[in-house]
Amino acid sequence: MVAGMWIRSTMTYRASFALTVVTNFCVTFFDFVVILLMFGQVEGLGGFAFAEVALLYGTAGTAFGIADLTMGSLQRMGSRVRDGSLDTFLMRPAPLLAQVAGDKFALRRFGRVTQGLLVLVWSLCLLDVAWTPVKLVLLPVTVVSGAVIFGAVMVLGASVLFWMQDAAEVTNSFTYGGNTLLQYPPTIFAKDLVRGVVYVVPLAFVNWLPALYVLDRPAPAGVPEWAAFASPLVAAVCCGVAGLAWRAGIRAYRSTGS
Amino acid sequence: MRLYATVAAGGFRRHATYRVATAAGVFTNTVFGFILSYTYIALWDERPQLGGYSMDDALAYVWIGQALITVCGMMGGGFEDELIERIRTGDIAVDLYRPADLQIWWFSANLGRSAYQLLGRGIAPMAAGWLAFRFTLPAGPGSWLAFMVAVALGSTVGFAIWYLVAMSAFWLMDGQGVVQVAWLGGLFFSGMLLPLNVFPGALGEVARVLPWASLLQVPADVYLGTYEGWELAGAYAFQGGWALVLLGAGRAVQAAATRKVVVQGG
Repeated sequence: MVAGMWIRSTMTYRASFALTVVTNFCVTFFDFVVILLMFGQVEGLGGFAFAEVALLYGTAGTAFGIADLTMGSLQRMGSRVRDGSLDTFLMRPAPLLAQVAGDKFALRRFGRVTQGLLVLVWSLCLLDVAWTPVKLVLLPVTVVSGAVIFGAVMVLGASVLFWMQDAAEVTNSFTYGGNTLLQYPPTIFAKDLVRGVVYVVPLAFVNWLPALYVLDRPAPAGVPEWAAFASPLVAAVCCGVAGLAWRAGIRAYRSTGS
Repeated sequence: MRLYATVAAGGFRRHATYRVATAAGVFTNTVFGFILSYTYIALWDERPQLGGYSMDDALAYVWIGQALITVCGMMGGGFEDELIERIRTGDIAVDLYRPADLQIWWFSANLGRSAYQLLGRGIAPMAAGWLAFRFTLPAGPGSWLAFMVAVALGSTVGFAIWYLVAMSAFWLMDGQGVVQVAWLGGLFFSGMLLPLNVFPGALGEVARVLPWASLLQVPADVYLGTYEGWELAGAYAFQGGWALVLLGAGRAVQAAATRKVVVQGG
């Protein structure tokens, strides 16, 4: 309902809305142009061919796009905590998380999802994969689990905003930064960094581990083979942690009193 | 003059109060710096001397970019949202009554902001990046000075671009669309994602003469010592030229807007 309200409000300025949808598509498209430009100069990156990098890009981009569409507004919560307008939300008979996620709901973020999906489909056309039933099921599961993991990270980041209203940018380094990281093959990054995104902030489960299985490549940094199938489980754990943090955040919330 | 100096100092102090935001920004810039550094290493491993840069030069480029994002306003000037909001709500009418020039007022405030961002968000990520990757440093104090001049000019061009963007709100009311277009241009054509001298063919030639090249590509090349003597003067002239053109356009649009401004609200 909150989302619907914001959609109607955005439609008030139609020209501006059309521009934002197109640019949102382009922003992410330019992101991909960079990869195209890189492959204009080289044959492979870290031992990965273009189609393989495109698969990584497509899976990470789609998962991130879905998470951004549903939870992207959480970043704004810091200013709502600061100026006290979060109080209005607490008065309404609806879950706070749903309201904050719907706050300034931006339909334009569909641009990002569409672009990710296009690259994903394109990469699948280019790739020469020995498809098995397991791989066919794994791919959509990966995208959905990936979106949930990114979403959980966004909720976790927003929970921190109850205490530190100005820290929204830290979440960006895990979400936007993670998205950029996962678009490239793990082979080009330092081993410790890869271990970090497997065991500390489990971003590797968004796409790296399952995608490497689809591509018949070994898992990075000595991670066991079965980890490729652990994404849904990891996503569930992430949600649990994020949920606990969110509740702790609400309890710790003190209104500005203005 | 005194007035504008006070406004600039105010801009500096205002941003200096957001310490947590600064720390969060430093953290984010450092993380992105690391990710980009590894992708550049993979790229320059395959193609050494790509775009005329050595690996150490390319890594320096990454961290200069992270240090200057907020200083030169590649992905947003940091003031346009506020200015657009004032135009949308009609508060701008109060500003226009003040005995100060609107453009110079905002320029001063942005100057203070920019200076703070350089100290607060520029130095720390660059130091962290240098400790991890030992990239190229400027030859001496003279080169550092030349670099700072290029940064100051870049910051001016950045302001001029975003001021024009904000002025569009007088006609469109909702500035979001134009902001996004400018954000897109800034991200791609400033060379944030990939140095402009790596862009191929005509795309590269066009990208290198657009105003956004003043924000990162020119300062980075000055830092790396690409320009000497008259070439350096030419690089400054390129930035200064764009600054004058865009600031002039900003003035013209401002004049047109104030002639026909319809104030919103009661």
